[in-house]
Formats: sequence, structure tokens, C-alpha cells
Amino acid sequence: MTLLAVDDVTVRYGRLTALRGITLAITEGEVLFVTGPNGAGKSTLLNAIAGVVPPISGAITLDGANVTGASPEQIARLGFSLVPEGRNVFAGLTIEENLKVGAGMRIDKHKVAGDLDFVYREFPMLAERRHTAAGMLSGGQQQMLVIGRALMASPRLMAIDEPSLGLAPKIIDQVYDILMRLRAQRTLTLLIVEQSSTRAMMTGGRMILMRGGRIVLEGDARDMVKDKALKQAYFGFGDH
Amino acid sequence: MTAALQIVFDALSLGGLYALGALGIALIFGVMRLVNFAHGDFIAFCVFAMLWPSINAAAIVFAGNLPFYLLIPVLLLVGAALSMLSEVVVFRRFRNANPATMMIASFALGFVVRHLLLMLYSSRPKSITLWPSLGLPVEIFGARIPMLQVVTIIITVAVLAVLTLFLKRTRYGLEMRAAAENFTMARMLGVRANNVILLAFAISGMLAAAIGLILATNSGTADIGMGANVMLIAFIATVIGGLGSLPGAVAAGFLIGAASVVFQATLPHDLRVFRDAFVYGAVIVVLLVRPQGLFAPKSAKQRV
Repeated sequence: MTLLAVDDVTVRYGRLTALRGITLAITEGEVLFVTGPNGAGKSTLLNAIAGVVPPISGAITLDGANVTGASPEQIARLGFSLVPEGRNVFAGLTIEENLKVGAGMRIDKHKVAGDLDFVYREFPMLAERRHTAAGMLSGGQQQMLVIGRALMASPRLMAIDEPSLGLAPKIIDQVYDILMRLRAQRTLTLLIVEQSSTRAMMTGGRMILMRGGRIVLEGDARDMVKDKALKQAYFGFGDH
Repeated sequence: MTAALQIVFDALSLGGLYALGALGIALIFGVMRLVNFAHGDFIAFCVFAMLWPSINAAAIVFAGNLPFYLLIPVLLLVGAALSMLSEVVVFRRFRNANPATMMIASFALGFVVRHLLLMLYSSRPKSITLWPSLGLPVEIFGARIPMLQVVTIIITVAVLAVLTLFLKRTRYGLEMRAAAENFTMARMLGVRANNVILLAFAISGMLAAAIGLILATNSGTADIGMGANVMLIAFIATVIGGLGSLPGAVAAGFLIGAASVVFQATLPHDLRVFRDAFVYGAVIVVLLVRPQGLFAPKSAKQRV
């Protein structure tokens, strides 16, 4: 079943066109990687889905509902959770308060306590420091916190923008371990944006390559990366 | 000893007034980056709401005749309603405008409110007597303190306590703090922008009403410009406190109140008329040393 459909979406910032007629669909339960160089429009794509930047044309459908031009809070309430680039923890709030903000909109309040326990089990470091201000955490810990916070919203589709940005390789492994485990346990659909295709190849799943606001290539991540010629031609950069 | 105690009480009551004002400004700045310069006019509006519209010098007291347990909630409601109305009618249209545009819109709104009052009540200050018994002094550790000062301090502390509980312990308070730090992120977690902003305006309006009550009781007059001075100091307090930081705004409000009182008490007699110049001089020194404010919010700090 198609969970998210983006149909011919164009986004402009003033005179700059960031997305040029993007069309893609995500099936429930799958992992979709969006890769591409800087300025390809990856983050804009996520922001358009989240309702932060309105598309000037095209349509976005989330779980059957047309959400084109809807507000971020409406889209979040339909089960879309975005972990934006740069982590965006509420630095002055404690870890637990950050997590509670994530659960604020939920209707199934009785399940919130259980999910809080779940997040604390997955990220024991967060449990230890639950009353610490989130601004005191390291980059890796903040990444765990924002993923935990997004989970507290009990989303059906979770989008993550550059989860590996600025993190040590060991921490990146850990983040992906958790993401893949969560996906299996909670039937979570994932949309992951990464600049490099290495992670997509390691993890497997479908991959979209963007350049200049367009989708230039789409296919199984492992097949795509195997093809050296394609890689050189479309990626425009060497091995990562 | 009693003189020192007198200064402490003066500082706490004046500082409390400034702190309440600064909170009203900082709450709205936190959620929408708007410095609401109409806040001072909201204060005056709340005071005049106790009077029946007339251009005579003698005030015809209207709502002001209510017993205190009715007058206070009614006035808080008036403040909240005016403030929420200003958000729905005016500020909502400027939601994504740049801060300077919003600030100018708030000046314009202030003019409208002030001239509405001028039209209804004329520019003459009116005398208004609320609770004359509060003017009587009470003796605390040998110092004779006006009852009103004690009440002002108690009200300030109570308001701060309730607001702290609200912000720390309730879901809406939590959402307001989150929205103040990163509005877009809060919305992406399902926090409804309109609700949070409307709530901030409601609380800010109630704070304006509380200040209006204290000022009117203190001075015994209703004057159209009566909110301007508190508004100016409150704005300075939010800047010194670190724009966006609520505890900072409160602390800076108390600090300016204390500085004012201490200068008044310690400056040589000839210099006392220049007390405000000394207070603003101190403000300039603080901003030179810490341009980001004394208590810059954590969200403004560099992260790893």
C-alpha cells in the first residue's frame, strides 16, 4: 500500500527552483534512501512533505489524504515525523521533556508511558540522563534523542535528514542498527536522506538519486552502487 | 537596619512590577519574535476598563466598584481578551513578516488603543480609588511598609510561581517552551502554532491587567500614558535578560527595579533627579559587557 505519494512537486525559494517536478511513492514498511550531492534538493523535498515549505505546484498525498499546502502540525498529526538536519533538540528542555513534546499530540495517551520505556530501553544513555538539559548532550546523543523524540509521536512514516552528519563512524553504525531494528519491530516506514550512498548500499532498500532538483536515478541501492559507470556518471563524485 | 529593610521592600515591589512587565513581553517574543510595544497601552486599557467612558474629570467608576474577588478575574479576562483579539486581528497577518515589520505593527496597534482611550475618556488623568486600606502601613521587623508593597510582592511571587508550574508541569506549558526555542520543530511534532501563540497572548494580557491593577492602586489615578514607563523598562529588562529567556526577563526586571531603588537611596541629593540616567547608564554598561544579555537562552548557545 502506498503510504506517501509525491506527484510532480515543484518548490521555489524566490527565484531559485529547488525541486523540479519530483514524483515518488513510498510503500508501507519499506526503506527509501534519497541521496545526491549538496544542493540537490534533498532537504527541500523533506521540508515540502513536512509542510514547512509549500510547493508551488504538484500534490502530496499522505496515507490517502491530500496534504498539499497543509500546515506542519496537521501533517505531523497524520503520522509523518521528520527528524531534520542539524538535530534540533530543544536545548533548554530536559531529555524527558523533549520526548514528551514528541508525544504531546497523541490521542492514544495510555500508550505513551510504554513508548517512553521503549525509547529508554533502546537508548539507555537517555534514560540515565533523563533530567539533563538536552543542550548538554554530545552530537551523537542528540541524534539519538531526536530519533527517540520522533518515535514518541508514534509515526507511520519517519523521515531522517542526514543522520550520519558530523558523527563518528562507530556512532553512525549504532544509529543505523537502531533504525533497522525499530523498522522491524514497529512496522515503521523510513525515508532517509544521506549525501553518500555508502549507507544505502550497506543497509539495502530502494534508493533515489537526486541532482539539481530532479530525480536522476532510481532503483535497488545495492544494484545501483555496483554499477561503477552509472555511479561515475550520475554521482559526479568518487567512492565514499 | 530599618532603612535597609525599607530599601529591600521598595526594590522587591518595584522590581516585581518590572518583572511582570518583562514576562509579558518575553512570552510573546519567545513564540513569535514579536516585541509588542502595544503592551503599555494594554496596561492603560485594563485600568480604564474599570471606569465608565466619559470626558469629565471625575471618574465614574464602573467595574471598579466590584468586590475584589470579582474585579480581579474580570480585569484579567479583559486583558486576556484584548491581547488575544490583537493577535487574531493584527499580529496573525504578520506571522511570517520580519521582526521590524511586526514591531511597527505593534506601535500602530498601540496608537489605536491609546487614541481609542483618548476618544472615550479624554486626555485628563482621572482619580480612581481602589482599596484605600492598602495604603496603610504595616510594621515588619520595625520597618513601616505600605500594605500595598507587601501585596505587590506577594502577587508577583504568586504569579511567578503559578506561571513556573504551568510552564514546567503542564503539556501546554511544555509546548510553549518548546515553541519558544524552535517554533518550526515544535510544529513538526504536532504542536499547534495558533493555539500556542494565542495562549501566550492570553497570559501576556493577564500580566498587563495585573500591572494595571497594581499601578492604579498605587497611584490612585488612571492616565492614558501610565503603561509607557513600565513597558519601556520591561522591554529593556527582556533585552538585558537575554531576549527569549523567561527567567532572564524576570531576573533582569528585579535587577533594574533594585538598581533604581538603590540609586535613589544612595545617590547624593543633588544627583537624585538624574537617577534614571544612572539606571540607563548601568544598562549600557551591562550591554557593553554582555551584548547577548545576562541570561542568553540555551537555544542561542553554540552546540557541539
